[in-house]
Amino acid sequence: MQKSKLGLDFQKVEYARGLAKGIAQDVQSFVEQYTTVAVERTLCRLMGIDGVDDNDVPLPNVVVEALKDKGVLSEGALFFIANAMIQTGLSPQQIAEKVAADELDITKVVTTDPKAIADVLQPVIDESMARIRARRARREHYLDTIGEGPKPYLYIIVATGNIYEDVVQAQAGARQGADVIAVIRTTGQSLLDYVPYGATTEGFGGTFATQENFRIMRKALDEVGEEQGRYIRLCNYCSGLCMPEIAIMGAFEGLDVMLNDALYGILFRDINMQRTLIDQYMSRIINGFAGVIINTGEDNYLTTADAVEAAHTVLASDLINEQLALMAGLPEEQMGLGHAFEMDPMLENGFLLELAQAQMTREIFPKATLKYMPPTKFMTGNIFRGHIQDALFNMIGIWTHQGIQLLGMPTEAIHTPFMSDRYLSIENAKYIFNNMRSIGDEMEFKEDGICRNRVKEVLGNTIKLLEDITKEGLFTALEKGIFGDVKRPKNGGKGLAGVTMKGANYLNPFIELMKGKR
Amino acid sequence: MSEGLYSMEAKDFDKTLDLSKIKPYGDTMNDGKVQLSFTLPVPCGAEAVEAAKQLLRKMGLENPSVVFYQELTPGFTFLNCYGSCTHTVDYTNIYVPKVESNTMDMYETDEYIKENIGRKIVIVGASTGTDAHTVGIDAIMNMKGYAGHYGLERYEMIEAYNLGSQVPNEEFIARGIELHADALLVSQTVTQKDVHIQNMTNFIELMEAEGLRDKMICCCGGARVTHELAKELGFDAGFGMNTYADDVASFVVQEMVKRGMK
Repeated sequence: MQKSKLGLDFQKVEYARGLAKGIAQDVQSFVEQYTTVAVERTLCRLMGIDGVDDNDVPLPNVVVEALKDKGVLSEGALFFIANAMIQTGLSPQQIAEKVAADELDITKVVTTDPKAIADVLQPVIDESMARIRARRARREHYLDTIGEGPKPYLYIIVATGNIYEDVVQAQAGARQGADVIAVIRTTGQSLLDYVPYGATTEGFGGTFATQENFRIMRKALDEVGEEQGRYIRLCNYCSGLCMPEIAIMGAFEGLDVMLNDALYGILFRDINMQRTLIDQYMSRIINGFAGVIINTGEDNYLTTADAVEAAHTVLASDLINEQLALMAGLPEEQMGLGHAFEMDPMLENGFLLELAQAQMTREIFPKATLKYMPPTKFMTGNIFRGHIQDALFNMIGIWTHQGIQLLGMPTEAIHTPFMSDRYLSIENAKYIFNNMRSIGDEMEFKEDGICRNRVKEVLGNTIKLLEDITKEGLFTALEKGIFGDVKRPKNGGKGLAGVTMKGANYLNPFIELMKGKR
Repeated sequence: MSEGLYSMEAKDFDKTLDLSKIKPYGDTMNDGKVQLSFTLPVPCGAEAVEAAKQLLRKMGLENPSVVFYQELTPGFTFLNCYGSCTHTVDYTNIYVPKVESNTMDMYETDEYIKENIGRKIVIVGASTGTDAHTVGIDAIMNMKGYAGHYGLERYEMIEAYNLGSQVPNEEFIARGIELHADALLVSQTVTQKDVHIQNMTNFIELMEAEGLRDKMICCCGGARVTHELAKELGFDAGFGMNTYADDVASFVVQEMVKRGMK
């Protein structure tokens, strides 16, 4: 049994984990019966379908819409693509182009024989799997040769709206010491039920996530990584209405980190909960297979709820996210479970409560690449105090061995970062990480002190909450507003129309392939 | 890095305060001291420092001094600078439009509604357009409020509806009609490329087109919102930094009474 510096009762932790597992299994048995338009579009992309029609509609959307219009989406895209391949001898891409040109009705079924279908799909499946494996191998080769920065990885964002400008900022950040570059998405992309195509130069508060933009940034980071002798990770957002589609694009283009929460879209983007939970499953299967670290969004609860009072909801959600991720075959090391430094800076001994929370999270998820979020809610136009708040946050990051440190910016409350803001933040973190490198190994927590008592309380409340959720199920808990004080109806929100129960001929061999073959 | 160490040498200038000619204060009246930091898109070196000094002079800053500079990435130099401002401003002649209402706390506002309106009032708020951030509207509306100021949901005499984020203006207004809103609160956090101005203008245009502009009180808020901007765009009031639910509620109820809305 692991030894806790905080006097954590690991039997209680295991009990909590067991409750979370039960909750996740309940969700999982629902999820497995359904598919969504986003999952089917993902399968189209795995069949090599890409590009847009004359109206800039992505071809995966064209194909899936055609199936939905005929009311046959429940049989799944692969079933019909396989049939069309048998019938026409064309490739999936050629088939999609013909559907777009109104030259082919792919809902005509010539066979339901599973073997015939599997045979015609096999070469395409093999090709896609090989493509993802090659991308993963490329990352691993870099890590074996040029290596990476020490943990916590320094994570910064770029958000100019123009992918070419983002490249300039990202390379500058990498040269200053950043290990992870996140390209913030343009406001509103999470609610688009398609992924835009091609390189983009316009966006609000961020840049469109497109496969071409992924490719451009990957190339730029490889360049600067080779120059700096350190692999630079690329992060984007597998969230919103296109979770699994973004995951597959990232897997094809070598992304390393993806925001990929099971509940975030429900709570903070009002996306229907059934839709999100089904989509997160497929997206995490892909991320797991592609070696992508997922980041979960529990930190966001604390932007709406109070960080002291709602600390246990973060831990409860981390435990549920962990179990859902395990069910999608995602290993613990790839779990960037989220938490945050969001208490009111005027709180007496707030630093100790933050330290206790971070150390507790570290001990409860020892293998996870924990994602630690900086202060945002209490950042103001006082950039000087903000810089100190970020310094305190950085002290806890190094002290408690966090995995990914999302760097706070002194100008957090004002604008997306200037190039110089990133420099100042990286300098802040590097200074503190170096100057306090081993503090976590030197310091212990006092018996019956503030920190030990705090985590006892938080763990106790977490267990109570998980027991409640176990009784009523996750769906009902979300309807009641358990996380982030946000209430969402089971049949409300965006994207429910894209959810379909799987039919008799439905197939998605990638689930087993990706979960099975690491 | 000792280029141009900050100079404390005394200069010959009038050290008496004249409110019709004010300038920044460092440690001596009228010294005009200003600190600023910025990045120039040029390689790091003596030329970058000289360029910064020239720029400072063009900004009206005398004795420009670069106290720190650093390459951010090849071709970009970050500089911390000081200078003495030569410009002055007439403080005695300044007019800033402000929200003209007395700020009451929650209990006073509830009492005010009971006495002067005699029914619960309805306030509907949302972060509208493409804005995905609820931090502003939550601070004003959520039960808990922000920084010790209770949110509108906690007011006994206010029925508060927080519609969340990314609510299109059309939908927002439709919900306002459906809920018989007395006041609509538009929250805007994202301001890149002035997207908030376009969105708020669109909102007012829709309200006018629907003939609703005079029937509901329209307020907007956000860190980059000022009352002046709000008035310019056609809102009744704007709530920026350092304003809370108290300020919003007090304005709404007093404005309702002023307009005779019962």
